[in-house]
Amino acid sequence: MIGSDGSENRNREENMNKVGVNQSGLVNSSKTTSSQSSLANVARSHSDSKDSSRVVSGSGLEARNIHAWFGKKLVLEDISINFAPGTVTALIGPSGCGKSTFIRILNRMHEFIPTAAMAGQVVLDGKDVYEPGVDVTKIRLKIGMVFQKPNPFPSMTIRENVLSGLKLSQIKIDSPDELLESCLRRAGLWDEVKDRLNEYGGALSGGQQQRLCIARSLAVNPQVLLMDEPCSALDPGSTLRIEETIRELSQSMCIIIVTHNMQQAARVSDDTGFFLSDGGPGKLIELGSTSQIFSNPKEARTEDYVTGRFG
Amino acid sequence: MSTVLVSPLKPWRPTVKNLLPEILGMVFTAASTLFIVSVTELKGKLGFAITLILMSLITTSTISWIRRDRKAAVSSVSGVLVFVAATFVLMPLMSILYEIIRLGFGGLSWGIFTTDMSKTSADAPIIEGGLLHAIIGTLYLVLFATIASAPIGFLTALYIVEVKGKFAGSVRFFVQAMSGVPSIVAGLFIYAVWMIGLGNSYNAIAGAGALTILMIPTVARVSEEVLKLIPNDLREAGLALGATQWRTVGMIVLPAAKSGLVTAIVLGVARVAGETAPLLLTVGGSDQINFNPAAGNNSALPFYVWKNYSFGSDQAVARAWLGILILMILVFFLFSVARYFGRMKDGSR
Repeated sequence: MIGSDGSENRNREENMNKVGVNQSGLVNSSKTTSSQSSLANVARSHSDSKDSSRVVSGSGLEARNIHAWFGKKLVLEDISINFAPGTVTALIGPSGCGKSTFIRILNRMHEFIPTAAMAGQVVLDGKDVYEPGVDVTKIRLKIGMVFQKPNPFPSMTIRENVLSGLKLSQIKIDSPDELLESCLRRAGLWDEVKDRLNEYGGALSGGQQQRLCIARSLAVNPQVLLMDEPCSALDPGSTLRIEETIRELSQSMCIIIVTHNMQQAARVSDDTGFFLSDGGPGKLIELGSTSQIFSNPKEARTEDYVTGRFG
Repeated sequence: MSTVLVSPLKPWRPTVKNLLPEILGMVFTAASTLFIVSVTELKGKLGFAITLILMSLITTSTISWIRRDRKAAVSSVSGVLVFVAATFVLMPLMSILYEIIRLGFGGLSWGIFTTDMSKTSADAPIIEGGLLHAIIGTLYLVLFATIASAPIGFLTALYIVEVKGKFAGSVRFFVQAMSGVPSIVAGLFIYAVWMIGLGNSYNAIAGAGALTILMIPTVARVSEEVLKLIPNDLREAGLALGATQWRTVGMIVLPAAKSGLVTAIVLGVARVAGETAPLLLTVGGSDQINFNPAAGNNSALPFYVWKNYSFGSDQAVARAWLGILILMILVFFLFSVARYFGRMKDGSR
């Protein structure tokens, strides 16, 4: 389920080299403001660093005409995004514009709010996940989720936390120890916890807990990973580790990340969608490649937001 | 290069200079109270207590007002009032504990744990006979009441908190109403249904049935509060991993709530262990050891206490105090065991 570690490391080194080259040879267009240009450069260097010839595995996810309500209040209006396999899509926008609601619709967590309602389709493997008769637990196995607040299970050890998804969904595997190690390695946590796998998850630092939660969601081998502001409570070091993790994971799955951090969106994502609500329902204002959104947005409102003029 | 030695300090602690007015205030309070009690008509323990409270209110607020301001005075007045209230709560409790130990301690001997009262009259010296039959009866009652009420109570709480079914509100209302049921009514209910209605006779199971009725509301309400404290994030994390609701509850919510659920049982046992009235109608009472909970009269420690106290002779009353002491020790022992198992493998908390 993962490539050998050697090849992954080589990939990363190549990426890093390219990033280095790009950063040393900065080319600014004279029109853009300085903050925008730096973000645009980050975004461009990220998109350049992507190996265009690499083989993408897994399948994507398509949201068609998604609407959402809480009670009678329409909170999301007509959102359609096609998330391609092997890409990272960042969803940006001010608080309260429905980004979290949107990604919770994608893995059917929206329905746990008693007053919630929705319309539209979420197509995974050619099938709408909201079709009657679909086994919702299977959907959530295929579409994993990492929450804003690290939430390791307090009654479980680190090891049990990582493997909890298998136990919860009653999947039996032959070599749990291998899976444990590979998940923790992919989440960038193995070296820090390999000697304390039987300690409780709550004993880890916040950043480690969040990486533990990422490892936990990897263990069930999802095709799509939803991340709802995964770094908002973390320090820069932990954030960097998680961004590296996202970059590695994007080779084998489709990742959708909600973030308030423009730098982060520019660093990790291939595509960016900008959400905005003008007091009414949240709408998708603009969707495009990350380098385009940050260097040459079509909409004035997008430009205002990414350059920090509001929001 | 010289190294500066820094020793650990606690600069927030009051210094002797700061404490001096307070110590003087205490001395003044005590002295003036003694003076007032000896000079005026305020006599006795009650007069002394009231004077002491009033004087300490006056002195502490005056000192605070002089040293700081009106706000500090108000704060110290409320501090004294809280202290007084806590003392009023603790005093009867301590006094009860003291009396039980004082009056019951004399009867303690190994014999009481090995024999029953079948060959001893209540009038006989306390060294003769024992209360093993009552201990066994109480253990049976608590055991069966817990076995019956813990699952029912937990499931009720799960229905209210996790299932959030249509009737959650009314179930919660009825559970609250049930916790107000007088214990004798629970006994009468079992007596009417189990004995008159179904033709059974006195036994420990019937007593446990009456206690179960009393224990369920406590267990259900406490576990409801405990389950509500489990953060919703954990439930969502479980569901997002592709678990069904019941596996999330069973593997994540209940283990996280374990120590709280143990507390629910402990409080339930505390509620019923000392009940006497429902047992009069259900276990029948006995002076003999009865190992069979399903047949034959049984006894219980509160029942033993009631019986000996009603008998009235000096030796019998001493036995009653001994029974109370043993009941207290037994309940304390059960609590400690429950706490120990509740804390085992309890994660980060």
